[in-house]
Amino acid sequence: MTRALDQYLRPEVKATPFCPGCGHGVLLGLILRAVEAAGLDPRQMLFVSGIGCAAWIPSPNFRADTLHTLHGRALAFATGAKAANPALKVMVVSGDGDLASIGGNHLIHAARRGLEITVICANNQIYGMTGGQAAPTTQLGAPTATTPEGNPYRPFDLCRLVKAAGADYVARGSVTRPYELMDYMAQGLTRPGFSFIEALSPCPTQAGRRQGLDTPAALYDDLGRRCLARRELAGDAELPPGSWELGAWCGDDN
Amino acid sequence: MPRSLSQPALPPGPHYLSGNEAAAEGALAAGCGFYAGYPITPSSEIMERLAARLPQHGGVFLQMEDEIASLSAVIGAAWAGKKALTATSGPGLSLMQECLGYAAFTETPCVLIDVQRAGPCTGQATKVGAGDIMAAKWGSHGDYQVVAFSPWSAQEMFDLTVRAFNWSERLRLPAILLAEEAVGHLRERVDIPEAVEVFQRGYTPGAPPFGHPEPDGVPSMPRFGQGESLMITGSTHDARGFRRTEDPAAHDALVRRLGHKVLARAGELCQTEGHFLEDASLVVLAYGFTARAALRAVKLARQRGLKAGLLRLVTLWPFPEEAVAQALATGARLLVPEMNLGQVAGLARQVVGPGLVRSLTQVDGRHIAPATILNALLEMAP
Repeated sequence: MTRALDQYLRPEVKATPFCPGCGHGVLLGLILRAVEAAGLDPRQMLFVSGIGCAAWIPSPNFRADTLHTLHGRALAFATGAKAANPALKVMVVSGDGDLASIGGNHLIHAARRGLEITVICANNQIYGMTGGQAAPTTQLGAPTATTPEGNPYRPFDLCRLVKAAGADYVARGSVTRPYELMDYMAQGLTRPGFSFIEALSPCPTQAGRRQGLDTPAALYDDLGRRCLARRELAGDAELPPGSWELGAWCGDDN
Repeated sequence: MPRSLSQPALPPGPHYLSGNEAAAEGALAAGCGFYAGYPITPSSEIMERLAARLPQHGGVFLQMEDEIASLSAVIGAAWAGKKALTATSGPGLSLMQECLGYAAFTETPCVLIDVQRAGPCTGQATKVGAGDIMAAKWGSHGDYQVVAFSPWSAQEMFDLTVRAFNWSERLRLPAILLAEEAVGHLRERVDIPEAVEVFQRGYTPGAPPFGHPEPDGVPSMPRFGQGESLMITGSTHDARGFRRTEDPAAHDALVRRLGHKVLARAGELCQTEGHFLEDASLVVLAYGFTARAALRAVKLARQRGLKAGLLRLVTLWPFPEEAVAQALATGARLLVPEMNLGQVAGLARQVVGPGLVRSLTQVDGRHIAPATILNALLEMAP
């Protein structure tokens, strides 16, 4: 499978920089496949990222224009590039801490502005690169390096946040359901306006090991169990605590 | 280095403009095609004029959510091929510092106009100050160079904005116009020229965008969408843009070249203006709006028989060390009036030693009056 993507990867890059079991390597491949499925060529696109593990998905791996920016600012850089040259097809790939914490203001304003930018938010619910500190997406009660007694705060529901800010297409998928996630990303790329796809991606090194899920397989199984597609939820049924609702919120599913 | 003549957007001849309006027109004349900013007193007139004028001239205007986003968008636009500008004042400059470092390190041409007000902090938003001289050069972490000019008239708000764009393009770096509220809001005659000389960033297809064989070289600058597979990063990078965060030699070479490419051209970059310096034994070293008062004070001092002169700094960064040293070569002493607590006086002391420099400071939100400078000169008189 990897060979099929060779043409979209820089020849100098021999391996992903991600830890064994990290979901971001899977996501890297899915993004390129989604771009292809959307009828686009990644080599003619601009990929903008911030700081953190997810920011290294496109930079330097993709054989494309890649702009690796400051922590949290990917969307502001992307906004300038897209407004300056509307012919550019622009995708932002970054993490939950980057996009929703330090970059939270840029996220909601980019959604409000509605420029045609597709955002892939790799959500591992943790600050991976800095050593496993709590993120604004960390689940209530979860132990992290900065919440040793468990996270006392509620996590953002990023899809609802971005939808409320005015995004034209919003979806949540998981690397444990790769084809579904790929489809959401391709949908985002083909729709006009601002699209946001939250990609749940497990972090065994910095999150799992503190949460009793210290093998990649255990973490994948756990995430898979907690993911429920909207169509799998009966009527107005409440989402079980700790679960993720997968689906698209603007567009066909709405 | 590609250069050409560009026709200003306004008809040539005399116009009655505020400094801020003149800066906006200077940007258009220089070929600015993109503005992103956030409203802040006393700079907002630049933004408002460009909101109307840029789209009329094929440019793009964006009001961003804050100043961090503003300079971020400017950098994104610069790599999309535009000459790009933002304008702000002190509090906004503070927020832009991380992007200023990014622009310097990624060699992104862009222009920042700081219409200074009385700081620190929110300070006196509508009052004049000149306290951002050091922040403009040292505000972002690490070692890097910027280019900064200090206009003393509405005319120079036009001229030096063009100059800032030209140097930002020639050297691929952030260039700063360190204006002051009093110049930004000053309304006076501005002569719009028939044409201005403008520079464009150099581009050689396939050339490495972040490296140069010369230790002070400026690399080729491609833009997005040319099929160059650009790799731009604020991490330490090699000539092609690959991250080299573990390579001591890569970091050393990059940081030194970013400094050399500016300092090696200090002679051409450093613009100063002398008045009555030939026989001066008392030299006023001034810049920006204060230099207007200083020129008046020097003339009044001459009427009283003092051998006074004025050295006006048009360039503040890189600091015109040579001109300052020359002004004192004849054994003169220096008076440095400033609307801050002696930021340029400190630089002058580094050049000529502490004994020859007297610092005259005023930080009450008002500009310095000629009489204040004259009195100081009279006190210094032999």
